[in-house]
Amino acid sequence: MRIRISHQTRYIYESPARSVLQILRLTPRDSESQHILWWRLEPSVEGRLKPFEDAFGNLCHDFAPDHPVEDFTIAVIGDVETHDTAGMVRGTVERVPDPVFLRETPLTAADDAIRTFASEHGRHADRDPLGALHAVMSAIHRTIAFDTDPTDAATTATQAFSLGRGVCQDLTHIFIACARHLGIPARYVSGYFHRADGVADQEAGHAWAEAKVPHLGWIGFDPANSISTTEAHVRVAIGLDYLGAAPIRGSRRGGGGEKLDVRLRVDTARRQVQTQS
Amino acid sequence: MLSRTADSLFWLSRYSERADFVARILDATLRLTTLPQSYSGGRNEWESALASAGNVELFRSLYSVANEDTVRDFLAFNPRNPSSIRSCIETARENARSVRTALTSEMWDDLNCAWLEMKKYDNDISQEEFARFLDWVKRVVLTIDGSAYRTMLRNDAYWFTRLGSAIERADNTARILDVKYYLLLPETERVGGSLDYFQWTTILREVSALTAYHWVYRESVKPWLVADLLILNRQMPRSFANCYEILVRYLDLIADAYGRRGPSQRIATGMRARLSSSSIDEIFSRGLHEFVTEFIDENNRLGLAIAEQYLS
Amino acid sequence: MAGAAFDEMNGSGSGTDGVRPPYEALSAWLKQQPPEFFNTRRSQAELFFRRIGITFAVYGENETSERLIPFDIIPRLLTKAEWSFLERGLKQRVAALNAFLKDIYGPQECIRAGIIPADLVYRNPHYRLEVKDIPIPHDIYVHVAGIDIVRVGPNEFYVLEDNARTPSGVSYMLENREVMMRLFPELFARHHVAPVENYPDALLATLRSVAPESVARDPVVALLTPGRYNSAFYEHSFLADKLGVELVEASDLFVKDERVYMRTTQGPTRVDVIYRRIDDDFLDPLVFRPDSILGVPGIMGAYRAGNVTLANAVGTGISDDKAVYTYMPEIVRFFTGEDAILKNVPTWRCREPEALSHVLAHLSELVVKEVNGSGGYGMLVGPHASKRELDEFTRKLKHNPENFIAQPTLSLSTCPTFVASGVAPRHVDLRPFVLSGADEIRIVPGGLTRVALKEGSLVVNSSQGGGTKDTWVLDG
Repeated sequence: MRIRISHQTRYIYESPARSVLQILRLTPRDSESQHILWWRLEPSVEGRLKPFEDAFGNLCHDFAPDHPVEDFTIAVIGDVETHDTAGMVRGTVERVPDPVFLRETPLTAADDAIRTFASEHGRHADRDPLGALHAVMSAIHRTIAFDTDPTDAATTATQAFSLGRGVCQDLTHIFIACARHLGIPARYVSGYFHRADGVADQEAGHAWAEAKVPHLGWIGFDPANSISTTEAHVRVAIGLDYLGAAPIRGSRRGGGGEKLDVRLRVDTARRQVQTQS
Repeated sequence: MLSRTADSLFWLSRYSERADFVARILDATLRLTTLPQSYSGGRNEWESALASAGNVELFRSLYSVANEDTVRDFLAFNPRNPSSIRSCIETARENARSVRTALTSEMWDDLNCAWLEMKKYDNDISQEEFARFLDWVKRVVLTIDGSAYRTMLRNDAYWFTRLGSAIERADNTARILDVKYYLLLPETERVGGSLDYFQWTTILREVSALTAYHWVYRESVKPWLVADLLILNRQMPRSFANCYEILVRYLDLIADAYGRRGPSQRIATGMRARLSSSSIDEIFSRGLHEFVTEFIDENNRLGLAIAEQYLS
Repeated sequence: MAGAAFDEMNGSGSGTDGVRPPYEALSAWLKQQPPEFFNTRRSQAELFFRRIGITFAVYGENETSERLIPFDIIPRLLTKAEWSFLERGLKQRVAALNAFLKDIYGPQECIRAGIIPADLVYRNPHYRLEVKDIPIPHDIYVHVAGIDIVRVGPNEFYVLEDNARTPSGVSYMLENREVMMRLFPELFARHHVAPVENYPDALLATLRSVAPESVARDPVVALLTPGRYNSAFYEHSFLADKLGVELVEASDLFVKDERVYMRTTQGPTRVDVIYRRIDDDFLDPLVFRPDSILGVPGIMGAYRAGNVTLANAVGTGISDDKAVYTYMPEIVRFFTGEDAILKNVPTWRCREPEALSHVLAHLSELVVKEVNGSGGYGMLVGPHASKRELDEFTRKLKHNPENFIAQPTLSLSTCPTFVASGVAPRHVDLRPFVLSGADEIRIVPGGLTRVALKEGSLVVNSSQGGGTKDTWVLDG
């Protein structure tokens, strides 16, 4: 599938913000399931934009506007050719060894409730890890109601789990907490999802998890949709949790209140039909 | 020097100066209110004290009436008023604490002792005790200032403390004039008659210049001379003119030491030139209130320029 | 190893073998003094302390009393020979720590060689992936180390802990000496005590030596503190003062074009070396904890670009870890090719099943420590524990064995200490401070002696009722 992504994040401050500094994880890499046809990252104001690779191999940019800014937009646009690999994640850049993905982080730490849940639904993790992970994923999908209201970027897995609601980020954190509790390395993926229902305009990017299944390798699990990753998923960055893969992390001095406006369109890219003239 | 250090030195001086100013306002108002109504002209002097010391809106949100009890509480003790004497001493000490090593031990001891001592005072004291409290505040500020003068090295650290006190003093004197300018206008003289005498001496008391007035002018108290003393007289420590002498001197020392002049130096020099070329008649004929208002704005502009150039 | 403790003045606990030679003069002197003498001197010490301390006791009244850690006026003595042995051992150990960190953040040969289990490194949150393969100026990671040492016999010393993040306490070492020199000039006249007052100079030389290679001018050093509400703030301000460097808070620094600057009254000033006294987690809200207001956004970018030296380096917490500690003898051998001069306390790693069952069977004889705990918290002292505490730790150990190590209850040496009942032996440890620069490793003779003031107590941490003593290395 050829997917066109157009993602604009606009920041509006009450007064000019100084020393704006951002780390952008907005550049996807090629793998067996995706090929980047073209991709552009464009801030709307002049500034320093320096690429680097982080510890997980994500393509990042340091961005710092030259002058105080009141209103600016980080825009990415590009086309990605995707293939269905039945959830198998191959050909990715792997910079850190698997045991790293067993670490607990504040956002993905499990409490007794999550541990019990994971052990119950992932009973046969040692014999059939793949089956156990699927069982955990669908259990999370059934148990946690999709709700954008009660959680935010700082909500932990345990908080969302006890609330019983959350967004894709929260479901992913809970899945990661469960997988790690079962002794299976798991990681957070931020990216884009092409909806089958034809709705192209979305409110936010997507998030899902990958778990390392013995003999199979990394497999993508999307608990928000209760599916393995498909050709509808465009993978951008990975991390131990949301913070490690966050599309934008920033800081500033001054500026007063901040208004954020995200425009995201994930659509099938029209192929140009060439005809003989 | 770190900008934060300079900022703290500047503000600790401003706040300690402000504590002294608020104490003087309270002192002078107490004195005026002890006169029979017929002498004070029947105004609510507590309202006027409030107006000079600032932040009337905040006062209104905390109290229903302005009388001795509420204004005393608000201006001296209420921690929710950032310019109450209590808040001033606390903020001054807080600033000192964050730059402890940039101060001499004497200065720190004075501020810290004042802060500890301040905990003992509250609004439940008698008028007499309150008067003693105000004396104590004035003495504390003298001591702090004296320690700075006697113990600090004459480098940028000291210069920033001087800038803080001078700019605060200029602002305080201007606030009194801003609230009470009408008492000094010729028309009001006719209206108020001799009753205004006590208002004029109150103004002089608020800037502790009653004795100085007589030394300088050797005349009975005349409103235009009061204005002259507070605005243009360079001998008078709290006059606009003297404050700007000080500001220009220390800003020049800083500029020389750093090898670079900037907006602060330009604004201060400009104001000093204006003050030294003006006469009090001229100021009255152009409008005393307009002049004072402009001065307050310009003084604030200098504060912002110093902050921008050195303190952030 | 249980039994009567070795007393550094009187030898073995029985007290029959007489005063040990280094303590002869002190012992005689102690006997000469009338009983009230110590009380007077102690009050004087306290007074001196409050006065010197008052310079830093910039806290509210309540906090001020917390800040004064009890000080014992009787010094702890070490002979030149004892110190030379410790010094050699410390240099070797810290050199090994630096080599270990360079390796695990680089080629990872020690993992490949099986010296340390990969899991222990990779799963440890203090192993900072962000600095993997990032060149560190002069390859030095632990610029300031505080190595905790205990003694159990005349020639038996053990390393209890390696503090490789932001070890504190050096200001006590310096102040203790200051107070002692004022109080007991006659004692200094009778002993040749090696000075410690050059520590700030040594620290400054160390910090300057590790400036990024690209810095051609005189390097600018600053000390980064979390601020005045931090419990060690007085030490930060004390050291900045002694070093003659700026004491900066996060808001005083900013990063532009991958360079770190201080905001000064003369405009931005480039900073080359930051002696930071804040933890990794708080350093840069763009990379670590996003809610940190103590950190400098972008500082990790400057660090990655090699434009600033952070001392200690990012990620040294891994070598501070109590589980990693248990591999130190192997680490020292692997990286220095020599056996460790300073021994580790024998330790059971509860992550290993046989060790766990041994620990559970002998819990009441052992000291159990949480791998990530510090300051004497999360710790069980078996022989002193109640039944309930033992049960609780049994449960914890079974539930999460990886989180714990266990050690025999060491009978820490005692030193004469002035307590309510007079002069009596109390258990002590020693924290020497080891400075690693690009040019050399510097150690001032001695360090901070911590003493458990409660009779029989083995816990010397100040948060748990410990005090401090001046430590004298006798020069000849």
